[in-house]
Amino acid sequence: MEIIKRIFRFYAEGFAQMPRWGKQAWLIIIIKLFVMFVILKIFFFPNFLNSNFNTDAQRSDHVLENLTNMNK
Amino acid sequence: MIEGIDLSLVNWSRAQFALTAMYHWIFVPLTLGLAIIIAIMETLYVKTGNEEWKKITKFWMTLFGINFAIGVATGIILEFEFGTNWSNYSWFVGDIFGAPLAIEGILAFFLESTFIAVMFFGWNKVSKRFHLISTWLVAIGANLSALWILVANAWMQKPVGMVFNPESARMEMISFWEVLFSPMAVHKFLHTTSSSFVLASIFVIGISAWYLLKGREISFARKSIVVAAILGFMSSIYTVMTGDSSARDIAHHQPMKFAAFEGLYNGSEGVGLVAMGVFSTTETDPMNENLKDFAMKIEIPNVLSYMAFLNWDAFVPGVNDLINGNEKYGIMSATEKITRGQFAIEKLTAYKLAKKSGDKTQADSLKTQIMSPEFQKNYFNYFGYGYITDTQSLVPSVAISFYSFHIMVVLGMYFILFFLLALYYTLKGKIHKHRFFLRSAIWTIPLAYLASQCGWVLAEVGRQPWVIQDLMPTMAAVTKISASAVQVTFWLFAIIFTTLLIAEIKIMMRQIKIGPKSEGGTHV
Repeated sequence: MEIIKRIFRFYAEGFAQMPRWGKQAWLIIIIKLFVMFVILKIFFFPNFLNSNFNTDAQRSDHVLENLTNMNK
Repeated sequence: MIEGIDLSLVNWSRAQFALTAMYHWIFVPLTLGLAIIIAIMETLYVKTGNEEWKKITKFWMTLFGINFAIGVATGIILEFEFGTNWSNYSWFVGDIFGAPLAIEGILAFFLESTFIAVMFFGWNKVSKRFHLISTWLVAIGANLSALWILVANAWMQKPVGMVFNPESARMEMISFWEVLFSPMAVHKFLHTTSSSFVLASIFVIGISAWYLLKGREISFARKSIVVAAILGFMSSIYTVMTGDSSARDIAHHQPMKFAAFEGLYNGSEGVGLVAMGVFSTTETDPMNENLKDFAMKIEIPNVLSYMAFLNWDAFVPGVNDLINGNEKYGIMSATEKITRGQFAIEKLTAYKLAKKSGDKTQADSLKTQIMSPEFQKNYFNYFGYGYITDTQSLVPSVAISFYSFHIMVVLGMYFILFFLLALYYTLKGKIHKHRFFLRSAIWTIPLAYLASQCGWVLAEVGRQPWVIQDLMPTMAAVTKISASAVQVTFWLFAIIFTTLLIAEIKIMMRQIKIGPKSEGGTHV
């Protein structure tokens, strides 16, 4: 338990004493991750095979169909 | 067979991937190289106990932190694109690509992220030795992360250690070690990381030069230059050596790329290396505007033969030999490869139909045939050629390949001289007097990025039309989605990445102006 407290304090003090550039960097990281995982991933980048097919067998059938029927 | 594919979709998907990969690669090499430089500087601090090395370490650690923060996770966008825009490819390579990327994710997260906290927050809180170990682990972890990505990329350039399973429509790994230790992967990793050390060394020297020009932080700048120049010089020599090995890999496994980056149309024995050249504006073959002659060139006799096959008189095939075939030298024509590829696709189609119709015996028999080593070697290894209708489409952009290769090589040679001069002037104690050199050092920073990007342009443009060499052309790898959706995300990425880059440059410039004396610039 003591070790967890020490690790927590280590991080808390580190973040509290962060200089201006560090805070800006963290702000950029948080905004970037939000844009990437909440906006881009959900609205623009769904996994095509996972969202259109339920099983691996269906996915492999679809790809097999594509590979053998490129002109259709 | 490719008429059904929307070429604008293929081109926009390629452009989008190129854009995101190139932006991602702005951040990565500096992280890889600067982490090593910081670790060396901190080692000097711990060894000597000289507080100035601590100040130097902390300053460069600040710039490392900014670059890391802006660049972190930009590579994840590439993985999003695999799932959305390149679903055929993602599925096809699943097991091969999945394993290295999973290892990369785990390593990057646990090794880098954990010890980065100690590196930035741990000054005066943990022992000097533990802090130093953490810094080295961040440096090693960052470079090991790169290893797995490069292993995956090398596999796309030279697929090894796998067999295609028609039932799952996937490549299945049969030898992890063959994938990991393929010469292509080993040389690519060493070449990429050592060139990243070169870039970071130039970055350190360039910024130190700015301080010297301003008459600030003289001792700090000199010490930084000595460390960076030594690492940079050693790394640039090593980059040349690993580049040479990589070129040999390409000559053996991607001869079309090799011919393209040397602008070699007709092969012969004892071929010279075009050290410098400019293409004419007229094409040599009216059927293919990609094929142009040199308007001028400086050629070193026999060197290309030696570079490719360690034999001054070896035959090096040109673009035309690879398209038309060359019986004398045992080079199969593109038409023959297309025939074999079409046969492999027909076999796969027969398997699919047998499976669909419920003819299990026939499906099992075809599966066994397809997975047999003989079929894989003689037919499946040419699978991708089955989609090719025009043999000229097998030739990548010769001009882009040639110029990117030669810009990279010329700059690489310049960097060796640059590091030697930086070291000589600094050790002589006269570097502050060489103002032209100091100004050049600042301008060498963008040149280092240019050389680094050219390396990737050569690697990726030079292997077109293949997304997986000989097995899958780009047009077979894309997901059939609307081209306009790809255009929207292309511009979205262009805006996001440009914003990130501007933010990085602004925050970095401010910290550079503040300089190493500020205690405010010590930890993230």
